[in-house]
Amino acid sequence: MPLNRAFIGRRYEAPDEYLVGREHIRSFATAIGDANPLYLDVAAARAAGHPDVVAPPTFLTVLGFRFRDASPMNDADLGMDYGRVVHGEQEFLAHRPIYAGDVLRVVNTVTDIRDAGTNELMETTMEVTLADGTAVATLTSSIVSRGTAAQAAAS
Amino acid sequence: MPTYDEVEVGTTIPARVVNVQRANLVRYAGASGDFNVIHWNERVATGVGLPNVIAHGMFTMAAAGRLLTDWVEDPTRVESYGVRFSSPVPVPDDDKGTDLTISGEVTEKLDGGRVRILLTASIGEGTKVLSAARAVVRLA
Repeated sequence: MPLNRAFIGRRYEAPDEYLVGREHIRSFATAIGDANPLYLDVAAARAAGHPDVVAPPTFLTVLGFRFRDASPMNDADLGMDYGRVVHGEQEFLAHRPIYAGDVLRVVNTVTDIRDAGTNELMETTMEVTLADGTAVATLTSSIVSRGTAAQAAAS
Repeated sequence: MPTYDEVEVGTTIPARVVNVQRANLVRYAGASGDFNVIHWNERVATGVGLPNVIAHGMFTMAAAGRLLTDWVEDPTRVESYGVRFSSPVPVPDDDKGTDLTISGEVTEKLDGGRVRILLTASIGEGTKVLSAARAVVRLA
């Protein structure tokens, strides 16, 4: 069944602020096998001019899972079958470094749903800001729904 | 870290091999919050047509991104980083795991001391697992 195109343009604001934890940065860095001292060692981070340990470039992926309940993926009306879904593309654009102690706000928008052959692509943009509105990062993501395009269903 | 003046279009970042085992995926699931069963349960993964348990795409992206952050030393020098997931990374239930080979090359010198990098990530006999893996980093 094709994805519900009425979702294009829908905006999902995370219900809570996200506090970036120093220990979470450490456990994420350890999980990706990266012992960069700027992730792990507060003194090293401060010596390099940062207020606290910094987050790895892909750390913000955790926000998508933290706020999954407030996302289009969690809405049954979208018609997404998770068994058919794969991650197609991901991009991170940093506007400002992310430090332990930052309090982040997250807004996720469905920017497009379209056919790509027999598959469908759903594109989302996640804007991450500080509480005062300062831009932190923009994440764009493309999810592939395999074999759900209308023409695939018709054939 | 190399300086902006030291690098040219075509400057390469030395390749490295990252070994991925099931334990890495379990740890990543916990740290990221991505508990999709295809990343830890072989019965479910093969049941939906995958060759085996597969690595989280974001784990592969992070492992490849380490080439960038090690090169610039300070990860906040990475201004943008994007990838297309072109092929899954199957991870067998054994002690050998799967070797991911990562390499990088400067493709463009930009203003503001920034350069554009193209990364490659492959497994086995050169199967590309990321395509169009690109980044902009700020050098000194």
